[in-house]
Amino acid sequence: MDLYLPIANLSVNALVIIGLGGVVGLLSGMFGVGGGFLTTPLLIFYGIPPTVAAASAASQVTGASVSGVVTHMERGTVDFRMGGVLTAGGVVGAGIGVLLFRLLQSLGQIDTVIALLYVLMLGGIGTLMAKESIQTLIALKTGKRIQARKRRHHPLVAALPMRWRFYRSGLYISPLAPLLLGMGTGILTMLLGVGGGFILVPAMLYLLGMTTQSVVGTSLFQILFVTMATTMMHAMTTKAVDLVLALLLLIGSVTGAQVGTRLSMTVRPEYLRILLAAIVLLVAARMALGLGWRPDEIYTIEVR
Amino acid sequence: MKRASALSVLAPALLLLLGAADEPELVPDVSQRTVEIQYSFTGADLLLFGAIVYPGGRRPKNPADIVVVLKGPDQSIMMREKEKVAGIWVNADRARFRSAPSFYAMASSRPIGKIVDDRTAAIYELGVDKLQLSPSSLNDSAELERFQAGLVDLRRRVGLYVEKPGTVEITDGVLYRARLPLSARVTVGDYTAETFLVQDGRVVAAAIRDITVRKSGFEQFMALAAEHWSFLYGLTAILLAVGMGWAAGAIARRI
Repeated sequence: MDLYLPIANLSVNALVIIGLGGVVGLLSGMFGVGGGFLTTPLLIFYGIPPTVAAASAASQVTGASVSGVVTHMERGTVDFRMGGVLTAGGVVGAGIGVLLFRLLQSLGQIDTVIALLYVLMLGGIGTLMAKESIQTLIALKTGKRIQARKRRHHPLVAALPMRWRFYRSGLYISPLAPLLLGMGTGILTMLLGVGGGFILVPAMLYLLGMTTQSVVGTSLFQILFVTMATTMMHAMTTKAVDLVLALLLLIGSVTGAQVGTRLSMTVRPEYLRILLAAIVLLVAARMALGLGWRPDEIYTIEVR
Repeated sequence: MKRASALSVLAPALLLLLGAADEPELVPDVSQRTVEIQYSFTGADLLLFGAIVYPGGRRPKNPADIVVVLKGPDQSIMMREKEKVAGIWVNADRARFRSAPSFYAMASSRPIGKIVDDRTAAIYELGVDKLQLSPSSLNDSAELERFQAGLVDLRRRVGLYVEKPGTVEITDGVLYRARLPLSARVTVGDYTAETFLVQDGRVVAAAIRDITVRKSGFEQFMALAAEHWSFLYGLTAILLAVGMGWAAGAIARRI
């Protein structure tokens, strides 16, 4: 079933895009991540212009995180104060991302930067996750207990001036730390069309030292609002949001996410984590190969 | 840019019409004056056809040839070439062209090399390697040629540059028809369908028809909305995402 995308200016097979959204949604439901890190590269691989892919993938992440946020709000596991600070940082970061995007585009290096960022980010986080989950698995098999990490924030965080109380996170730290963290993920969201949950969750755990219960809900809260802001910024500046493409992706991903959530309850979380780590590393490896191997297209055309 | 290229084609045609009454004339037409891009648009086939009118109905001894060219609006483009730097492929060299046609399709009754010489082909831009791209950057000619070859190769593979030699049918020496495919990736704008009558290596008549390619209905509305009401457009995208995500969650809870 071919459908013409009015902004991307090409026709795509609607079922392929819905399927793609479905697979990403399934993974996002299973692992509790937005899944933007998969959508953007897959769309580019399918032939959608990179800018349109990044701009439309952001709205898919919004859709995928809504029901998660609702659930976490009902359970009371969202730290609104922390989420608010992170979101404020994220919106500022997205604004910086717009400027960076334009600068890199005029230099002609946007594609390389996007690919490099993917390799570094996914490779780093994937390795960390793989290491941790393998350790947990070994511990499970041998019956040994790993010592629980002491919850504490990074010394750099403690050095920042001004302190606020974040009750639900169990923290008394400077709001500048989450603000900066939010900014970093905001830039990534704008450039890559990813939610940034990948960076956010480990950073909240290990850099800020938040309680585990409120981490996922709060990061989803930030992702929801920052992807909304990014969609708006793309709509106003790059004008590259394709509503038809977004709709197709959303149809797939919101249904996939629900199926994924149910599936995740039947599988042990340790196995889930190692599976996610494998997928993340696979995407990173594919991107790295793309950088190192002779690309299919030596030339790119930019219409001005 | 566009007007100039149209003139360069029309001028010889006008001269021919005014100057010599005993030269043949072309009466061309196209199957569609407007091509509308809708949700189901996967490309279109355009039929370019017409008649050759010889003065007094006298047909020449050597059969004449027909070349048809369908051209899209000119674009100013920046091309970049990837190169391996420190182990990774990054954009290195670049070239800028002021008038690269966004679409170019050509059909001829025989292979173009057998109809006209290189110079004539270059004058009338017959063939993708004969396009006048007006480079505006300081590259040397070898580099420009490399970039032009890259452009042609890239656009040929996505169906934006098409060459179909030997596909123009001429019936009884007076009626011709050719079919040219319009790819789904075409840009909207004013297209021109040019027809050339070639006799003994010389273009003896030329004629031009305009074709408009535009988005229609929903697609046109979306493109306009994204451009002019970007805030409302963005808001719609956000509401759509939130609404669908929320609805899916609400439905899943009932099941």
